[in-house]
Amino acid sequence: MNLSLDHLLPDHSAAIVSVSATGMASERMAALGLIPGKRVAVLRRAPFGGPLHLSIGPAELMIRRADARAILLDHVHAVKTGRRR
Amino acid sequence: MGGCCGEVGERAKGRANLQSPTNGSVTRTRTVAVVGPPNTGKSTFFNRLTGASARVANWPGMTVDITTARVLAGGAMVRMADLPGIYTLDGHSDDEALVRTFLSTVALDAIVVIVNASRIELQLPLVLAVKATGVPVLLAVNMTDEATKLGIVLDTPALAAALGSPVIAVSAKYGQGMADAKRALDRLLDVHIAPVVADLDCVTERNAREREAARLVAAHVHVPATLPAGVTAKLDRVLLHRWLGVPLFFVVMFAMFQLVFGVGVPLQDAMKWLLDGLKSGIVAPLFANAPPLVASFVLDGLIDGVGTVLTFVPLMAVFFAGMALIEDSGYLSRAAWLMDALMGRLGLDGRAFVMQLMGFGCNVPALMATRVLRNRAARLLSMLVIPFSLCSARLQVFLFMTMAIFSPIAAPIVLFSLYVASFGAAFLTAAVWRRRYASHEPMMMELPPYRLPTASMVVAEAWRATWHFLSRASGFIVAGVLLIWVLTHLPPGAATAGPQTPAGHLAAWLSPIMSPLGIDPVMSITLLFGFVAKEIVLGGLAVVLGAGSDQLAGVIAARLDWVSAMSFMIFTLVYTPCLSAVATLHNEAKSLRFTALAVLWPLALAWVSSFVFYQMARALGL
Repeated sequence: MNLSLDHLLPDHSAAIVSVSATGMASERMAALGLIPGKRVAVLRRAPFGGPLHLSIGPAELMIRRADARAILLDHVHAVKTGRRR
Repeated sequence: MGGCCGEVGERAKGRANLQSPTNGSVTRTRTVAVVGPPNTGKSTFFNRLTGASARVANWPGMTVDITTARVLAGGAMVRMADLPGIYTLDGHSDDEALVRTFLSTVALDAIVVIVNASRIELQLPLVLAVKATGVPVLLAVNMTDEATKLGIVLDTPALAAALGSPVIAVSAKYGQGMADAKRALDRLLDVHIAPVVADLDCVTERNAREREAARLVAAHVHVPATLPAGVTAKLDRVLLHRWLGVPLFFVVMFAMFQLVFGVGVPLQDAMKWLLDGLKSGIVAPLFANAPPLVASFVLDGLIDGVGTVLTFVPLMAVFFAGMALIEDSGYLSRAAWLMDALMGRLGLDGRAFVMQLMGFGCNVPALMATRVLRNRAARLLSMLVIPFSLCSARLQVFLFMTMAIFSPIAAPIVLFSLYVASFGAAFLTAAVWRRRYASHEPMMMELPPYRLPTASMVVAEAWRATWHFLSRASGFIVAGVLLIWVLTHLPPGAATAGPQTPAGHLAAWLSPIMSPLGIDPVMSITLLFGFVAKEIVLGGLAVVLGAGSDQLAGVIAARLDWVSAMSFMIFTLVYTPCLSAVATLHNEAKSLRFTALAVLWPLALAWVSSFVFYQMARALGL
């Protein structure tokens, strides 16, 4: 059972297992580095169901929770990131 | 994928050798395109490389405007084209389609691909794709200053050898490496004599390019395992705070308005003094013996009208500098993050909020920026709300009115409330029309690290935006104020804007519509012209009321109380955008029905808002 990115808690990171988005969304995800094998961390979530603030490698990006649902993570190996960001 | 692909480069080289690299003997104009992803400092690089010669022009055969510039490189005149930012060559957005069309129709001598050094792994696939098209490539790795701070080290010679293309590390913002980039381009153009049309069929499949990019980065780029927890993370902890983030954003914007007034007003006084000296010291004596009608035409029409507009130029320059400061710092993309939850509920997204902020300068580029939205419904809804964004032309009217009517302490607050009203009108419009233009556009974007804006970039942007306003508006302003002078001063001998003048007739006709808003019939004339360009409103007021830049404030203050003034400003803020915005809107949407909606809806909304405000304020006894 995999966890989708919109359910990963802030200050946690996990590896991407699969991306089930299609078309434009999948192109954008690839261009921003959201591809299987990469490790992604959630820095914070905007209140009122707003977007996620992610870090992936040296970059940071925002993604809506609805779009993040297409990204599945290896949640068995999810870790709490040490430093509070 | 034909078998030719690998040989394209060889063929070009062969031809080059046949003709031999004869420095400077090429007389035809050569063409170079600059390609790169968004947020790589591409335009800064372009401006550095080409000097100040850049202009936005319609490329032959292309339907949209592309920034071009002419420079001398490789011993020949080179036409450089700054193509829109793209993530991939095979993408589906309008910009990506535009770049593909450009590359497959225009014969190019070289393509400069620009990438962000700290994002090189993700951006190299684009470089590989461009390289595969067969056009000679120069890779400029930008923002090396930031990458160095992050501990990222590039082995450029090794990367160049592996790619088979020159690689130059630059920092366009600080101008580092630009001379090297120019020399590398010279050499590239010397070697490759014949232009090549890109062969897009040769672009390899995405996964293969990603693997190749990962291999190149592993071999030639050193990325530290853990990146320094930088200033960005610390700032974000405060600026993107769960509850403080949005209020802080508004505090920052409000502080900027205080700054605009604090710095801009003394500059404006200096400008007023200068223009007044010019009018009474030089122009008035020149026309002392001219027929009264001619003297009035020049002094009351041209000088008063245009002069009043000119006094606001320093103030606008300060405003644009403030906006550039916020934009260059990287805070604007954070604003998109902060506002996305709200914008999402309105059927828009965080990017629409940023476009709304861009519209503060001018609505026209903001309308064009909606091209990044691929979904047509999302684009149309964004285009419907952008014209409510309080652009520089309206700003100039409001700066004047708030200063004339309100105390120095109240003026910035009133101005700020107009910005809030501008968003209110936009949000209301989105809420009303969101079901008609419903969409599911994916929303994801990079949040660049905070950057310290350089003084030279802020000054350059303030200068560019102010100059853009003046060059675009000056024709409109001069023609508009002169037309208003004719309508208000003829027939000769009639009282200014009196009942016998054409303006008087128009005013009488408009009176039943405008008087319930507390807008004086004569002032409504200027609103009529404001439909053509809001830039005319202020100059028009000066002409209609027969007052120069020095007395206009007093005349307005004596004529209007604050409730009528506010009603006038609300109407000016909300009603139909200027003619250039309507033209752009129609050009982008290509639907008469949509254009009609975009014209009529704001007009109706303006009338209703002014009516509600004015009647309520009066009912409260204000």
